[in-house]
Amino acid sequence: MDALVSKYAHSSASPLDSSEGFSQAGFDAAQQFALPMFDIPMVSNPIDFLRAHTDPSAENRIRIQHGTTTLAFKFQGGIVVAVDSRASGGSYIASQTVKKVIEINPYLLGTMAGGAADCQYWERELGRRCRLYELRNKERISVAAASKILSNMVYDYKGMGLSMGTMITGWDKTGPALYYVDSDGSRLKGERFSVGSGSTFAYGVLDTGYDFDMSVDDAIALGKRSIYHACHRDAYSGGSVNVFHVKESGWEFKGNFDFDKLHWDYQAQPKGQIV
Amino acid sequence: METLFGITGKDFVIAAYDTKAVASITMMKIGEDKSRNLNDHSVMLYSGEPGDGVHFAEYIERNVKLNGIRHGLEMSPKAVASFARRELADSLRSRKPYSVNLLIAGYDVKKDTPALYWMDHLASSAEVPFAAHGYGAYYCLSMMDRYHRPDITEEEGIKLLKMCINELRTRMILNMPDFVAKVVTKEGIRVVQL
Repeated sequence: MDALVSKYAHSSASPLDSSEGFSQAGFDAAQQFALPMFDIPMVSNPIDFLRAHTDPSAENRIRIQHGTTTLAFKFQGGIVVAVDSRASGGSYIASQTVKKVIEINPYLLGTMAGGAADCQYWERELGRRCRLYELRNKERISVAAASKILSNMVYDYKGMGLSMGTMITGWDKTGPALYYVDSDGSRLKGERFSVGSGSTFAYGVLDTGYDFDMSVDDAIALGKRSIYHACHRDAYSGGSVNVFHVKESGWEFKGNFDFDKLHWDYQAQPKGQIV
Repeated sequence: METLFGITGKDFVIAAYDTKAVASITMMKIGEDKSRNLNDHSVMLYSGEPGDGVHFAEYIERNVKLNGIRHGLEMSPKAVASFARRELADSLRSRKPYSVNLLIAGYDVKKDTPALYWMDHLASSAEVPFAAHGYGAYYCLSMMDRYHRPDITEEEGIKLLKMCINELRTRMILNMPDFVAKVVTKEGIRVVQL
């Protein structure tokens, strides 16, 4: 398979190399584009599938990546952000390896729920505006201001079909900050949020296991477990769990945990203490 | 469901809002501020479409403040309400109207009287002695009809408000958490936790 890909990649790339001058060392366009991203759905009839997932009355209306579980909470040691990694369109699982935490810059994180494209596009645009703010003011933007920029941007498009539910987190002069921003214009400051189809399941585990004074390791374990339980109960969440920790020095990636492996790890452990 | 209350008395107005922020079936937050102080003597409470409330209230707030700076004079509650009504009415005839219900509570320093304006998302505005928005109105307007007098004291006003909130807690199917009240008097705006 690999041999086949490399053979194909080489033959399609070589005419470009000579005529268009794409021959910079280290860049192999075909190899780059051959990465398995959102491929053709593995169904018997992709055209019927596409028809089922588009709205003929509206032009270019495709909606994937609706089901999701994301969460973020403040605690003594900063903020923990945890998300699942499944992309689905109706009953079809489009991907199990989606990055739902968007790294806006080294000290700001955004999460992704709703339309994948909407979240990625607007949070990248937010990153650009935050950088401009930084260059103009010689100072990092506050999380409050950053989330308000995002909220105002999407509010301008209210009622035009944007779909996103996101949490903006980071550390600024005021310490750790967490905001919930969605495409109908809500922007809420808070201590603890969960967004997406699996959010109710995640809230159940998160709210009962939460303690502001918990250690960093416990907080990370709680975030991971809440997403795990949501993935278990919510058909539209799954894949793996990605965990981040936001500290004074910026965010840190705490790892990717495969759901199936977590399942058997947790099964082997005793049930939680009822308090 | 969001609920707003307003009660006028002899020399004050109380305006109260529930602090819930809801997204579909989930309570996202308790402790959300659903009010904006427009100037030293008027406050606006909003409910309705998520996003629209904050956007509209902050727009009115800034314009009222700008007007104050430009003329060196505070806008009266009536002026504020007329301005807000006009903005809402104009927006109603636009492609995308604001969908917000408002209560504007103020103290008219010149006339030395309290003022309360009730306004719905269709921009109909009325000056009233007491008011309510949301499902809470169906329970509490009758209570206010029964118990309100124009000359009630601030303590009585707060008591009446607590009676209303108690009724909601016993009869409304949805859980009604904390309310926050803003009291407007000659001295300015004050926050009271209920």
